[in-house]
Amino acid sequence: MYIYIRRKLIHLIPITFAVTALSFFFIDLLPGDVADAIAGVGTDNAVVDDKAVQAIREDLGLDRPIVIRYFSWLGNAFQGELGKSYQTGQLVSDAIGLRLPVTLQLLLMAQFLAVLFAIPAGILAAYRAGKVTDRFVTTLTFAFLAAPSFIIAIVLAFLFAVILNWFPATGYVPFSENSIENLRSFTLPALALALIEWPILSRVLRNDLIETLQENFISLAKAKGLSDIYILLRHALRPSSFTLITIVGIQLGNLISGAVIVESIFALPGIGTLLVSSIHAREILMVQGIIAVLAVAYVTINLAVDILYGALDPRIRQ
Amino acid sequence: MTMVPAQPAPTIASRESLNFAFWLPVFWMGILLFTVAFADALPFVRDPTESDFTALKARPSLEFWLGTDVLGRDIFARVIHGARISLTVGFFAPVFGMIIGLFFGMIAGYFRGKFESVIVGIVDVILAFPNIVLAMCILFFAGATMINLIIVLSVTSIPANTRIARVSTLVYAEREFVLAARSQGASDFRILWIELLPNIVLPQLAYILSFMSIVIMIEGSLAFLGVGIPPPTPTLGSMIAQGFPDINTDPHITFLPALFLFLTVLSLNLIGDHLRNKVTVRQSAL
Repeated sequence: MYIYIRRKLIHLIPITFAVTALSFFFIDLLPGDVADAIAGVGTDNAVVDDKAVQAIREDLGLDRPIVIRYFSWLGNAFQGELGKSYQTGQLVSDAIGLRLPVTLQLLLMAQFLAVLFAIPAGILAAYRAGKVTDRFVTTLTFAFLAAPSFIIAIVLAFLFAVILNWFPATGYVPFSENSIENLRSFTLPALALALIEWPILSRVLRNDLIETLQENFISLAKAKGLSDIYILLRHALRPSSFTLITIVGIQLGNLISGAVIVESIFALPGIGTLLVSSIHAREILMVQGIIAVLAVAYVTINLAVDILYGALDPRIRQ
Repeated sequence: MTMVPAQPAPTIASRESLNFAFWLPVFWMGILLFTVAFADALPFVRDPTESDFTALKARPSLEFWLGTDVLGRDIFARVIHGARISLTVGFFAPVFGMIIGLFFGMIAGYFRGKFESVIVGIVDVILAFPNIVLAMCILFFAGATMINLIIVLSVTSIPANTRIARVSTLVYAEREFVLAARSQGASDFRILWIELLPNIVLPQLAYILSFMSIVIMIEGSLAFLGVGIPPPTPTLGSMIAQGFPDINTDPHITFLPALFLFLTVLSLNLIGDHLRNKVTVRQSAL
């Protein structure tokens, strides 16, 4: 197990370097002068003063070679220092820290709901494999796979906020202020994400379950006269859920993509809305910081999932 | 919105009857492709940027088949022109992604060792950036043009293509015909190009429609967020975003383009699934 974890950690190091380097070098894709762009030349809240632009240039050391700039940026980043917005003066790390809990809550609720939908659907489809029920579930997953997150979000907003008026369409209440209202404001966004996520989980579970149900120990359980529900839940589900767990980790990247969209639609003040508004305001350092944080978080979480996977299934460790 | 292609699932329609789950999508895509390709010549497709100020937010009628938007522009014409962008991006990005993925995957699966480690590393790095986030940022930094959009979306389809190609290469490289070619003194290049590629391309092609539908969804999402191709060029995503504020009073402005996008993606998925099942059957029959 130690060797397994160490090998995974060693793999993580070059990936982290590459991911942060890419986030850093995106800036140099910008046409024209980086300092001008950071000062916001050409936008409404521009710091157009030549002196200010010169100050930015010195601040960021733009006259130094790019490799040196990268390592000094990386050094600062590891201390939680990602620069500041030259338009509002806000620290990038502060802005991200403020928004992160909202996105985390959204992702957790969405993932929970997705698993909640996927497990019964997957079990049902595998139990009735090839029958009408299976076809119905499969058709349903097909329909949801074809719907981009923003369309699902809009339909939900229209149904439950505009027509039925059960949940608020926009607005965010902090959990500490009013926990019920907080959960209500997260319900539709989390549901929208869960609805794009569950078909994938359900299909993976169905396929693995169908394989498990052909194993000898299932026949034995049947021969012992155990009920179908008991066999499905107690004997078959656990050995069939390994792929599900990995997919939950891999899907996190897609879920973050979905969160960016869903947050914008339901006006949740998370990382996604911060990214979109920073892009529209051309807040370059903010965009750079967010990408770096998201990418490193994704890599780290997948490492955690890999390790968990190794802990659950000893065969993987070899 | 996943880059993990759909797992093999049962075909929806039964095999005996006429397969509606295959022919309806083919019919839809055929009509759409025809209209999109000849939009400029067809008399019933208006100018998508022309406003009729006497008919703002009109409901669908004989004159305006899908109604008009906030500025009195014909939604049908805009949907067709928007679909043109979606389909162009949705065709080129997966094709480029597949070519690059085949190249990487075959090298990784055939030579193994260092090549494999490096390529798996590259794939992991691309996967570390959530696809919409990556696309948004590159379009932001490099400019939202059609070319950049295609480049960005091909990059997002590299990881899955590489993995599929690598696995097929691993399997086929063990087969006797490769051994036979090698013992006749064939070079690595010849084995890869003449012996392996034809066997790997076919199953890979079976996935391409799924990648097309994914790319079309990402393009729609980007346009919806306002970071895709800028106006006045109509895109399905930007039309949906423009209609969204009026969703209480004029839902058709939002939902009709959304329906077009949904049906197109669904059709591609259904056709792709059908073709993939055919390929798998053929392989298992070997």
